[in-house]
Amino acid sequence: MSLLKVRDLTVGIGAAQPVDGVSFDLAPGETFALLGESGCGKSLTALALMRLLPAAARIERGSVRFAGDELCGFTEAQMRAVRGGRIGMIFQEPGTSLNPVMTVGAQIAEALKAHAGKADAERVVALLAAVGIPDPARRATEYPFQMSGGMKQRAMIAMALAGEPELLIADEPTTALDVTIQAQVLDLLRELQRQRGMAMLLITHDLGVVAKMADRIGVMYAGQLVEVAPRDAFFAAPAHPYSRRLFAALPEMATRQQRLATIPGSVPPLGTAFRGCRFADRCGEVLSVCRTQAPPWREYASGQRVRCHLETVSQTVKVGAGGTAPEPEETVTLLLEAHDLKVHFPIRRGVLQRAVGHVRAVDGVDLQLAAGRTLALVGESGCGKTTVGKAILGLQPPTAGTLKLDGKPHSGLAPARMQMVFQDPFGSLNPRMRVGAIVAEGRPDADVDSLLLQVGLTPEMAGRYPHEFSGGQRQRIAIARALAVGPQILICDEPTSALDVSVQAQILNLLTDLQERLGLAYLFITHNIGVVDFLAHEVAVMYLGRIVERGTVDEVLRGARHPYTQALLAAVPRIEGAASERLLVPGDPPSPANPPAGCHFHPRCPRATARCHGAYPETAVLSATHSVRCYFPD
Amino acid sequence: MKFVVLWSDALFFLLLAVAVASGIWASRVEHLRLSWRKVGQSQVGMAAATLLLAFVAVALLDSLHYRERLPGDKETYAVEVRSALDALLTGLRTRTEKTYSAPLATHSFAKETLDGEGRDFPRLKHGGAHLGENLAAHETDIAHKAVQGLGMGLVAWLVLWLLGAPLRRAAPHLAWSAAFATLLVLCLAAGAVAALAQGYHVLGTDKVGQDVLYLTLKSIRTGLLIGTLTTLIMLPAAVFLGLLAGYAGGWIDDVIQYLYTTLNSIPGVLLIAAAVLMMQVVIDMHPEWFATAAERADARLLALCAILGITSWTGLCRLLRGETLKLRELEYVQAAQALGVSGLRILSRHILPNVMHIVMIAIVMDFSGLVLAEAVLSYVGIGVDPNTISFGTMINTARMELAREPMVWWSLAAAFVFMFVLVLAANLFADVVRDAFDPRAVK
Repeated sequence: MSLLKVRDLTVGIGAAQPVDGVSFDLAPGETFALLGESGCGKSLTALALMRLLPAAARIERGSVRFAGDELCGFTEAQMRAVRGGRIGMIFQEPGTSLNPVMTVGAQIAEALKAHAGKADAERVVALLAAVGIPDPARRATEYPFQMSGGMKQRAMIAMALAGEPELLIADEPTTALDVTIQAQVLDLLRELQRQRGMAMLLITHDLGVVAKMADRIGVMYAGQLVEVAPRDAFFAAPAHPYSRRLFAALPEMATRQQRLATIPGSVPPLGTAFRGCRFADRCGEVLSVCRTQAPPWREYASGQRVRCHLETVSQTVKVGAGGTAPEPEETVTLLLEAHDLKVHFPIRRGVLQRAVGHVRAVDGVDLQLAAGRTLALVGESGCGKTTVGKAILGLQPPTAGTLKLDGKPHSGLAPARMQMVFQDPFGSLNPRMRVGAIVAEGRPDADVDSLLLQVGLTPEMAGRYPHEFSGGQRQRIAIARALAVGPQILICDEPTSALDVSVQAQILNLLTDLQERLGLAYLFITHNIGVVDFLAHEVAVMYLGRIVERGTVDEVLRGARHPYTQALLAAVPRIEGAASERLLVPGDPPSPANPPAGCHFHPRCPRATARCHGAYPETAVLSATHSVRCYFPD
Repeated sequence: MKFVVLWSDALFFLLLAVAVASGIWASRVEHLRLSWRKVGQSQVGMAAATLLLAFVAVALLDSLHYRERLPGDKETYAVEVRSALDALLTGLRTRTEKTYSAPLATHSFAKETLDGEGRDFPRLKHGGAHLGENLAAHETDIAHKAVQGLGMGLVAWLVLWLLGAPLRRAAPHLAWSAAFATLLVLCLAAGAVAALAQGYHVLGTDKVGQDVLYLTLKSIRTGLLIGTLTTLIMLPAAVFLGLLAGYAGGWIDDVIQYLYTTLNSIPGVLLIAAAVLMMQVVIDMHPEWFATAAERADARLLALCAILGITSWTGLCRLLRGETLKLRELEYVQAAQALGVSGLRILSRHILPNVMHIVMIAIVMDFSGLVLAEAVLSYVGIGVDPNTISFGTMINTARMELAREPMVWWSLAAAFVFMFVLVLAANLFADVVRDAFDPRAVK
């Protein structure tokens, strides 16, 4: 007996159908994951279930039966009793889902009153305790701004639990959170689900999260489900070509110095008229029938159902579509050296704006970058990794420390030597300038045509405006702009974190190609361990303004010695080995304005002793390339 | 005849030239052309634009000034400075009565002692004079003239419609139907009024017997000038200081913020009154600066624009500073900094184009506010020169008569209706412009 039965659900916005004929079942206590890239309609599906669609969208046809009731036939008043009551929902952005002028306790009490009739302080505190918030009685009287992101997401979950829901819809519940916090929240959700026997509809784009959480998986593409499968069968052998390619595009799946398999093009825009299979244009195994006839559902013995014409028994995931590139020779020309780099931001208070303290965003960082090499700077948000990038580039004057370029001391900008590629492909291009003018910004006499060709675009795109391009294409334009001045060092600040997996693979391939061809050195700032493994030669792990461990990529990712690095690696949800032993770090990262005494990590560290409270550990050298700042490197 | 170019005329022509030039420039820049096309596709936008253009046309006619040559051998010129509009409306201007008369009346509004006939309403000198003794024909004559006027209006509209055919062909996607519908209404109204004005005072006469229709038409130029010149004066300061404060930060930001906070904390009317009084003293002390009364009045008008401009740049400046603070942190600005692009170039290439929609919206929104501000200031007595005809002075002179029984309502009503139409058209246009230029609007 299924709890939720969705049949042929179709959502229309104007003439377009961003959700088209979605059907699935959800049993009590089960987790069903809707997986897909941005714009495939997975969030709209969830909103349609809750009848919370934006004004422009409407449910065109289909039925949603929840525990025997037809939700599509409910009045708005009946739906209000369902929302937050029998169906709870948590959203992606905990920061904007809580009202900033109400205490957290009052907001939970409001949810309790709406669905349980009465709200007493004890119930509120009990709910906060149930989601693992320490000192819940005090936290209930606090405002959202006094809580960290992870804590706010826990409070959101507590609110969703207030109505004792039978079904919890979680829309990208951990996307905005750091990886160690994500691991905590996912564990909490699983634990709550086990205790309460809730069903969960999990919406995510992250295969790792799916592997950890889901019982069954539905892959969405361009508004349709293309594959529905049990978890084990899906991860053993995804059946739809799109699913297979999603796996192959993951940087974790390729070993270093290989090319990633990519999916050409990008997700079709809303309102595309389809004839035949929606994936046909990007599919490597396309048949002529794919372009004319919509594919039927096929069922396999493994329990997988696939919407595809191709009747091949699914193959195992193919890794690395391209050939292996030769390992570049060891280069020793040091391009860039940073020694004891510090960036402190003063905290000003009072009428006279006197500095009462400092935010130690970067607190003594040493870096070396050699020509043709990639150094990955890894850490969670707020650890100062972006500030390191800006300080090296010269956008942010350092408070202390020395920078050497080619062995000579250097300060300020060096536009012709170092350039930066930014995170947000939408914010990094001036919407009022043509692509040609953007690319030629740093050097008016630049050869725009060849630069565009170099990054995989065509010369006639120079006359167009940025809004006509997709995220991946915009990132290519940003790379062309940086390359125009012929730099040797490219500082990449999370250049792929805003992109879908398939597009991320294209950009990563482009970056490796450019490194091979032009001998560029990358300082690659990221929180994505998979990307690090694929791209980097050396890795430096940052925690609260300091580098805690550094070494070659193998030394750090496969032989981590610092407890923080180990926790960070363990927290990454991996698609293989879902039941791996994990080392969970408790708590949130402390504020860099007021770091803990001694080793900054000791309040969260399982190995901490009295010595760690005393002084920050000195660098322990483990090998010529591997060093770690810990008293107990194990 | 000798042409006279007053300072305000020169600035008004300059403004028109700038508007035409920026229109040509905008048609070459894609995102601007797209936004303006959206304005053109809006029915409301085209109707409001048509009305505004009609007002601008009147103001333009009123800005072509000249001095008439006096008869005689010697080359002497009249002291009065007249405009092309005055020449067109010579009839209206010269047919003055003794005092108040109601719209379309044949008799004066107040009783007078007539020669040997006791007290009665005297016949007007001009209003309905063509009727002679046949007063019974008054109403049929009005109807007759109105219908005639409507017919003439229709003919005029048909001519315009035919002349507009190439325009419609050149840009078929614009909302021409709304524009020509508005034009039809305008033509019919203008035709009827023009026909009636041949024999009557369509909007009555004021205290000294001047035709109110003439006064309202003359007020349009004053209103438009104050609305546009003030913006012109305040715009460079507001844009430059706002961008500078937001981008440079530090002590520059502090200085600019202190400046506009201080200006803002002084009551606006007080500041304007003080400045206007000072300016008046300066003007009175130097009569030799001005050859004619018109020049003196013109100087006062310009000074008022300047004063209004100096006191009203703060709002836009503050808005632009905030927006610049936001844009400064955007990655394309940082990318430009990393490429070593100079600060001034970043301001002009990256920040200014991305705040232009705010400037655009502020200009059109401020316009209507300034037209109203002029009326209020003139009412308080610190506005334009008393000789300058403006909505404010009309309202000011009419206010006492509201207490009369029966009421003299037409001066006020005429000023109100014209100002209302002007401000409404400007506001509707501003709304359409804001929607078209708002980058968050659904594309």
